[in-house]
Amino acid sequence: MMHHTLSVTVQDKPGVLARVASMCSLRGFNIRSLAVGPIHQPGLSKITLVVDDVAVEQVTKQLHKLVNVLKVSELDPNDSLEREVMLVRVSADPGSRREVRDTAEVFGATTIDVGAKSVTFELCDHPQRLSDFLALIGHYGVVDLVKSGRIAMARDAKARTKAGEQ
Amino acid sequence: MTKMTGAAALIKSLEHEGVEVAFGVPGGAILPAYDPLLDSPIRHILARHEQGAGHMAEGYAHATGRVGVVIVTSGPGATNIMTPLQDALMDSVPMVAITGQVALASMGNDAFQEAPTTGMAMHCTKHTFLVTDANEICEAVHQAFHLASTGRKGPVLVDIPKDLLAAEIEWHEPEPVDLPGYKPSRTGHSRQIERAIDLIMEARQPVLYVGGGIIAAGASEELLRFAEALDVPVTTTLMARGAFPDAHRLAMGMPGMHGTYTAVTAMQESDLLIALGTRFDDRVTGNPATFAPGAKVIHVDIDPAEIGKVRNPEVPIVGDVKVVLEQLGSALEARLVDDSLPDRSPWLETIAGWQAKYPLHYDQEPDGPVKAQYVIEQLLEATDGDGIVVSGVGQHQMWASQFWSFSKPRTWINSGGLGTMGFAVPAAIGAKVGMPDELVVAVDGDGSFQMTFQEMVTAAAEDVPIKVVLINNGGHGMVRQWQTLFYDRRYSATDLSGGSPNYAALAEACGWVGMMVDTPADVGPALRKMLATDDRPVLLEVRTDPDEMVWPMVPAGGSCSDIALGPEDL
Repeated sequence: MMHHTLSVTVQDKPGVLARVASMCSLRGFNIRSLAVGPIHQPGLSKITLVVDDVAVEQVTKQLHKLVNVLKVSELDPNDSLEREVMLVRVSADPGSRREVRDTAEVFGATTIDVGAKSVTFELCDHPQRLSDFLALIGHYGVVDLVKSGRIAMARDAKARTKAGEQ
Repeated sequence: MTKMTGAAALIKSLEHEGVEVAFGVPGGAILPAYDPLLDSPIRHILARHEQGAGHMAEGYAHATGRVGVVIVTSGPGATNIMTPLQDALMDSVPMVAITGQVALASMGNDAFQEAPTTGMAMHCTKHTFLVTDANEICEAVHQAFHLASTGRKGPVLVDIPKDLLAAEIEWHEPEPVDLPGYKPSRTGHSRQIERAIDLIMEARQPVLYVGGGIIAAGASEELLRFAEALDVPVTTTLMARGAFPDAHRLAMGMPGMHGTYTAVTAMQESDLLIALGTRFDDRVTGNPATFAPGAKVIHVDIDPAEIGKVRNPEVPIVGDVKVVLEQLGSALEARLVDDSLPDRSPWLETIAGWQAKYPLHYDQEPDGPVKAQYVIEQLLEATDGDGIVVSGVGQHQMWASQFWSFSKPRTWINSGGLGTMGFAVPAAIGAKVGMPDELVVAVDGDGSFQMTFQEMVTAAAEDVPIKVVLINNGGHGMVRQWQTLFYDRRYSATDLSGGSPNYAALAEACGWVGMMVDTPADVGPALRKMLATDDRPVLLEVRTDPDEMVWPMVPAGGSCSDIALGPEDL
């Protein structure tokens, strides 16, 4: 199913995340991913919200109705930078460790922990790359997995226009 | 700089907002606020239940257009106002609720009378504030009033922990409202205004579909001018009764599930709906897929989220409907310099034909059981239509809306969106407190009345002489109607006649005048006697026909084209 990525700038007020998340759930907007953190402007945070392809206009309008929401922009997947961090622990005994790490290296994943029977990788990349990596590495057996939720921002429009002119 | 407690600052902040009256019930956590209230010019109406206080604040706001204020304590005080808050949210009623909370340090510890007030109220208010610093009380109150009374009006809650009410602070004038995420648009986009006029110039069978936004915006005069300039028939939703005079030649009455045949059918046959301050509620549209199938839509609303929520309009206009109507009026005038409106007479003749053929109808036999509709008509005659009518929820509400002839806004007060039974008595008290010189009559049903009738005590104690016409059909009539029509007459839990109190005696016990009639001939004289009593509240119980049903009817989820005039049409 298609999805939409919304970048929502909010005031850092108590309960703002609860307002956003539970408004979505009460109005039946399914949240696929949600990530939040403070930004460079004091008192403000940005929520990256990924929702299913249902009535995105209603989601946007309902978000705007929340008093602590300052800005909502929908990010075009072809025109935005999307990242997600994944930590994944896979089974690897000393015999298979080399092979597992070779696969990880192709994706630029970093080895951050090695145990007797497992290796743990960190990968920060486009969500699609994370899925691709997981599909391959999964064959060795995933022991544990955690993802950060997607963060995204629009590409720099000015830079792109210049590149287009050349 | 004046030093005072947080509680004193709260009351002073309310005075600063121009509050003249507050409805409430005290309790532990809000106790500090009730002390400075004693010395304040603000009149406090002590309700007998917090839900009653909430509906009083709503009734006050409906009648006056000002912000209604309710003050309650933490825990059960707060949970008891959730119904009025949701009611006010759905009907866009400006209201500020002040709730006491347990001390800041106790919050989250399941303290005595603790409830997660702001969490519960988050989705049944426009906004909530949890004050965590006593110095912010003034700002929170100021912002709450701003939010409640601007844009799409609605309820706002301010939750204040008890220790902050007791804390000493320095009084300061509240800082100007700084809400960067809240900037309601007032003026409609000029290009959309022109596009709206384009559609209006082409339309052969237009309808003005008018909602409560007209009343909230105070735009009745603008509406009247616009409707007359266009020569377009008008339907006023349940929330908009009174926004356009029912006696006007262009008035078609109420649309929707129990709307007039003419209003419902005109929308179905229309080629252009001009929707003003209304939200295409399911009680109006029936099945939205079959609603007004041939109509283009111009949708004007102050809340952008209402536009396109149910029906995608050809022309969306976000703005204050009063301002937008002025814009549309000027744009139309400019257009009419070189152009003229299509001939409306065939459309208006069709409508007049429906009105003549399918009027609202009931049969009152002189010796038969009293029909509720007859009571409404008799009340209309006895009052000359002059007064504020407040209703509960159910059959009596529909009959009051159908059979009253409204001539001005803010004279019809009811719970439209939430359908809150028990609304009438407390809302009527609030309306009368706000408009003491107006006649305020609650038309209530016996089921609805029994949900909040303890507020009769409040009316007597606070000297608020409202009238209640109690339509007693011995049960939950609207539910019973559905059981008759859709559940094979299996009457489950809708009979209230068995345990009915003696309502007149109950009223007398509360310090009211109580009366009862049960024959058609007695209704008129009893109503006149009721109206002649001014020194005390009066309750007149009228025993009515339990089998009477509300018609016409569009079954829930059905098509408005299948409107039934009686059981034979279902």
